[in-house]
Amino acid sequence: MTANESKVDSIIDEYNAEPGSLISILQDIQLEYNYLPEESLEYVAKILDIPRVQVFGVATFFKAFSLKPKGKQQIHVCMGTACHVRGSKKVLEELERKLEIKAGDTTDDGEYTLETVNCVGACALGPVVVENEKYHGEMTPIKVESLLNSKKV
Amino acid sequence: MKVISAKELEDLRNEILAGKDQDKPCIAVCGGPGCLANQCLEVRDAFVNEIAAKGLTDKVDVRTTGCHGFCERGPIALIYPQEIFYQRLSIDDIPEIIEQTIVNNKTIDRLLYTDDEAGQLVETEGEVPFYKKQMRLILGNNSKIDPHSIEDYIAIGGYSALVKVLGGMQPMDVVDEIKNSGIRGRGGGGFPTGRKWESTRNAQGDIKYVICNADEGDPGAFMDRSILEGNPHSVLEGMIIGAYAIGSNEGYVYVRNEYPLALKNINLAIKQAREAGLLGDNILGSGFGFDLKVNRGGGAFVCGESTALMASLEGKPGEPRAKYIHTSDKGLWDRPSNLNNVETWANIPLIINNGADWYSAIGTESSKGTKVFSLVGKINNTGLVEVPMGMTLREIIFDIGGGIPDGKAFKAVQTGGPSGGCIPESLIDLPVDYDRLTEVGSMMGSGGMIVMDEDTCMVDVALYFINFLMEESCGKCVPCREGLLRMGEILTNITEGRGRMEDLDLIQDLSEVLKDASLCGLGQTAPNPVMSTLKYFRDEYEAHIKDHKCPAGVCTELITYSIDADNCTGCGLCLKKCPAEAITGETKQPHVLDAGKCIKCGICYDVCKFDAVIKE
Ligand SMILES: Cc1cc2nc3c(=O)[nH]c(=O)nc-3n(C[C@H](O)[C@H](O)[C@H](O)COP(=O)(O)O)c2cc1C
Ligand code: SF4
Ligand code: SF4
Ligand code: SF4
Ligand code: FES
Ligand code: FES
Repeated sequence: MTANESKVDSIIDEYNAEPGSLISILQDIQLEYNYLPEESLEYVAKILDIPRVQVFGVATFFKAFSLKPKGKQQIHVCMGTACHVRGSKKVLEELERKLEIKAGDTTDDGEYTLETVNCVGACALGPVVVENEKYHGEMTPIKVESLLNSKKV
Repeated sequence: MKVISAKELEDLRNEILAGKDQDKPCIAVCGGPGCLANQCLEVRDAFVNEIAAKGLTDKVDVRTTGCHGFCERGPIALIYPQEIFYQRLSIDDIPEIIEQTIVNNKTIDRLLYTDDEAGQLVETEGEVPFYKKQMRLILGNNSKIDPHSIEDYIAIGGYSALVKVLGGMQPMDVVDEIKNSGIRGRGGGGFPTGRKWESTRNAQGDIKYVICNADEGDPGAFMDRSILEGNPHSVLEGMIIGAYAIGSNEGYVYVRNEYPLALKNINLAIKQAREAGLLGDNILGSGFGFDLKVNRGGGAFVCGESTALMASLEGKPGEPRAKYIHTSDKGLWDRPSNLNNVETWANIPLIINNGADWYSAIGTESSKGTKVFSLVGKINNTGLVEVPMGMTLREIIFDIGGGIPDGKAFKAVQTGGPSGGCIPESLIDLPVDYDRLTEVGSMMGSGGMIVMDEDTCMVDVALYFINFLMEESCGKCVPCREGLLRMGEILTNITEGRGRMEDLDLIQDLSEVLKDASLCGLGQTAPNPVMSTLKYFRDEYEAHIKDHKCPAGVCTELITYSIDADNCTGCGLCLKKCPAEAITGETKQPHVLDAGKCIKCGICYDVCKFDAVIKE
């Protein structure tokens, strides 16, 4: 998937090509493509008439931005404080083992991206894993397998 | 619906109220983040469908609201006008509720809350022990309004504080009222809000900004989000009043990008307020104009810091700058700027409506009003609680929070997020206010309250926060960047059994450096989680270092698993589930665990039904 200029153009237009809206523009591009394609960053720099280093600087400063494409299935493990004291680290480790990737990475087949997040506001259910939009509460390492299997059918 | 004067707003309110039948049943389904995770929207839809199926659509309202607070019991619905509290709902319960409660006016015991202490069912929200001791001035409105409806907000008295202010108070009167109320900022430092407003008001410059900090960077908290999601107009009203007092015509709301519902609701509220003439030029015919933009945060903890937030608003990386230039003089775009937290803004209409004297009668000498806490972790009643300042930790954790699950012992409570500290059991009777929390080495922060039990390792908690801060440090200044890295290394060594007693002194020294030499609050307060755990739980650090043991059984490198042959029935479950093939044994014979192969995932410990797996 590569960024098409007219799509990026319309995003930039929404913010009247204001340099002050750089972060919002990148957020919308990321929303559209799931990541920030490199050529889109070049293009934004050109249209907003700001230095490339500033655009790349912002894109790399914020963890929410990804310069790599993400997988079809997004698995977010809550590492918020409440989930941490309830054992979310063990759940993350088991997911890392099962998917054979580290948090922040995508499996080679492009199927899964594993990420950590902070409190998702569902602490009563902690530890929480959000798989795409679905919440899985009271997660334990043992439940990881069935979570992943339910995706394979 | 544009209101151009105070009178027209009052007329509108009366019209809305006249159109509302107070006796008409309304089912307020919580749509907060905890309940959403529990499929509350399916429950809400089931209500709507069932009501339609029974031909009751005109007779019963259904409202989707922000968090009701008692997330532990979600999905929750509150049935008005009686305020019947139904909990842990599933779609199968809905036809019965419509049939029994709505049509026949009977409560359903199974769905009510049981007060274990009193040994009886309670019907209404106010009788539930979780709510009884709270003072829900801010959160209490969440269940009363649909956050998407400005009419609902106006019906409960919304924007009357704005009418009062624009209808006869001079900007300085407003500043004085806020000063006299004694309110301090709810976002972290606890700076007196009135004084902040006064500085910005007095600063030189034609253009000034008011900004709402809805970045909520504390990784274990969700109260700001719940206010913005559940009652966005209360924040707007506070901001318009603040802008008038300060002399600002432009504002920003800086919201975490990970909070789509909060973003949606605040954007909608702004649109409605504009359409109603409550934002824009000449608000309520007063000649005063103000408008607001919403900005989505980039999701870095440091962007919650005032100067970093303003840098980020300007489209730059969120790096803080030195504090000797005050943002009240030179903030956003180098213009005088006043930043307050979501909850601070939401308190403003209350103060104006009820007066500074009323407000300052709530709370303690140095801390006024109520505070919302996100009460989470090893606690029975997880949720958002709002209590008057000065309530003791014991009351919050045990009376409201219902104590610790599974009969475990309370060990500590962590307040203030990554900038705060851990407070031990011996201080459980501490009254919670800004200064008392600081005295014991923690802080109020924005309201995170994480409860820990005997199974929580305090060294691991310290490492958790240091790792978090290390990731989030912007790296601009050396003490924070390098200091956190070193501290993380030392703590990792301790949790992995390579710690030395001298390390504890080293941590102490590093902490002093971070505190004194860091540029911004992130680095300056970063030692708090470490220093407080070291102060109150030194024995735990020593056990890791001297005995190579993690007393709470958390630190993986320091625990070993084995099977107790006496208890093992040979059921084979652990063998089947072990990802490392570390367990062997014949069916019905005691199994054996090979510690050399074990990767310490803990699965065997979790699955064994006979307590035969030992962790030590
Ligand atoms: C590293 C860091 C992170 C912060 N994060 C937040 C935050 O997420 N929300 C917030 O309201 N204040 C946060 N603050 C405090 C703000 O800098 C600022 O003091 C506050 O928003 C002012 O509002 P108040 O006076 O109403 O509390 C943070 C401070 C620091 C140093
Ligand atoms: S203290 Fe840390 S977060 Fe703050 S400016 Fe320095 S490096 Fe950045
Ligand atoms: S699960 Fe427990 S009882 Fe069953 S074989 Fe394993 S240790 Fe023995
Ligand atoms: S802790 Fe995990 S790896 Fe070790 S024996 Fe038990 S199941 Fe196997
Ligand atoms: S900490 Fe995980 S949901 Fe709150
Ligand atoms: S989210 Fe429903 S009670 Fe908190």
